[in-house]
Amino acid sequence: MTTENILIQVDQVSRFYGSLRAVDDISFEVKKGEVLGFLGPNGAGKSTTMQILSGNLAPSAGRVRICGIDLLDQPKQAKALLGYLPDQPPLYRELTVDEYLLYCARLNRIPAAQRRSALDVAKQRCGLTEVGRRLIGNLSKGYRQRVGIAQAIIHSPAVVILDEPTVGLDPIQIREIRELIRELRDEHSVILSTHILPEVQAVCDRVQIINKGRMVLTDTIGGLQQRMRGESLWLTMRQAPELAALEKIVGAGQVEALGEGHFRIHTEQLEQLAERIVLEAVANDWGLYEIRPERMSLEQIFVDITTSEYGVDAERAVS
Amino acid sequence: MMAFAIAGRELRSLFVSPLAWSILAVVQLILAYMFLTQLDMFMALQSRLLGIEGAPGVTEIIVAPLLGNAAVVLLLVVPMLTMRLVSEERRAQTLSLLFSAPLSMSEIVLGKFLGVMGFLLIMVLMIVLMPLSLLAGGSLDLGMLFSGVLGLLLLLASFAALGLFMSTLTVQPTIAAVSSFGVLLLLWIIDWAGGNSGAGQASELFAYLSLLRHFESLLKGVFDSADLIYYLLFVALFLGLSIRRLDADRLQH
Repeated sequence: MTTENILIQVDQVSRFYGSLRAVDDISFEVKKGEVLGFLGPNGAGKSTTMQILSGNLAPSAGRVRICGIDLLDQPKQAKALLGYLPDQPPLYRELTVDEYLLYCARLNRIPAAQRRSALDVAKQRCGLTEVGRRLIGNLSKGYRQRVGIAQAIIHSPAVVILDEPTVGLDPIQIREIRELIRELRDEHSVILSTHILPEVQAVCDRVQIINKGRMVLTDTIGGLQQRMRGESLWLTMRQAPELAALEKIVGAGQVEALGEGHFRIHTEQLEQLAERIVLEAVANDWGLYEIRPERMSLEQIFVDITTSEYGVDAERAVS
Repeated sequence: MMAFAIAGRELRSLFVSPLAWSILAVVQLILAYMFLTQLDMFMALQSRLLGIEGAPGVTEIIVAPLLGNAAVVLLLVVPMLTMRLVSEERRAQTLSLLFSAPLSMSEIVLGKFLGVMGFLLIMVLMIVLMPLSLLAGGSLDLGMLFSGVLGLLLLLASFAALGLFMSTLTVQPTIAAVSSFGVLLLLWIIDWAGGNSGAGQASELFAYLSLLRHFESLLKGVFDSADLIYYLLFVALFLGLSIRRLDADRLQH
């Protein structure tokens, strides 16, 4: 991995609001073609981090480099490589979609001759071709969100930063926007902040969980799924045997009877055990009709992490 | 020059809202009425003026008061134009579009300022059309007219710069409007102190600070570069303060 492939480099960035430590010593990198999910509960410092990355806020300490260009020392050059959609899309309601996007193209220094084609590409990618002549103020929220995304990608920046892009959209629009984000990955790096967990699973390559201003987890989606593998087996049987019969197979103390034929078995060797239980169940005619490994959901991991000792630490630091 | 892109957007947004049109219409109506009464007075006095050596001409009697009145009317109007420049963008959270684009703060501030100046230029052109119509039936002192128009433009530039700065201070457009109106009015009447309490040094200073005083000499056709520099410094000061204020949004506080 050469350094040229690292598009964003965040180095020990902190930001205070008065005595409140909104972002505390965060460092990470985003590589080319990567979708990074930035996850955290409300008020965790997601939007502050996004604002710092986009140059809307100056960090109290630390450095941000976009494609190797320092955002504080050379803001113009660095910002030319950025597209940013804040949590509130920055739209002028009195302009039409075309006027607005052409203005954005001009602000991002696209030469006059290429503005039209940039506009057409951005509109086509965001599904706005039909509404080019309509006033932004009259568009539905979903369309406005798309105009916001079009604004962020019109100058084909190396890095696209999207702050909660799917908030307030209906399920179909959410799917379309996720599809769009997946397409963006081909040419841009994307940083996506959200508090919606399935969204991260759906579109991101890598996840970072932030809580109370601190980074508490950085992992790939694959790694996260590893974490999600639970250590228990769930059984349901029509003619449930005695608890002792199951314990004979599994080992004492590892079986929980939950009534109505439900059992939970705690073990670390899921595969071998499952096979043996099925064989026994058939031999003894227990009427086994459900057996599945219990997974931790992303939600559980998230709750585990954000309520663990890190959270307590951060709280102390703030007060 | 990116400032022109921003200025163009400002102008466009003004003209797609009814605000710009109604302001243009109202100002034109009021000043046209003042122009006509002044013209009427001149017609009545004309025969008597003919007999007097060195009597004031048509430019002094009609144009100078018209531009003077325009300045007073626009003192009320400019804060309404400038109030939304930054505060409205801050409220609608559109400012981040400018902040994350490859622009410097000075380009943003200059763009906003030029946008308002573009509108004011249109307004001044429409006002000047009235005295220019007199050319159809007589002659004007064009030098004096030019100096007066220049004075009016410089004055309006100072109004706009101050209004822009007030707009960067707040999220509420109305607060920006009220405070810029208040400060402008104060700077307008600050030389009253000189009139009432004799000629102390402080009152001399106050008189010199007055926006009105520098305008009056330009209206009389006296072009003094000190007046020009006064207005340019005034504009530069408040544009500089606006840039600093916007920069402070990003920084630690």
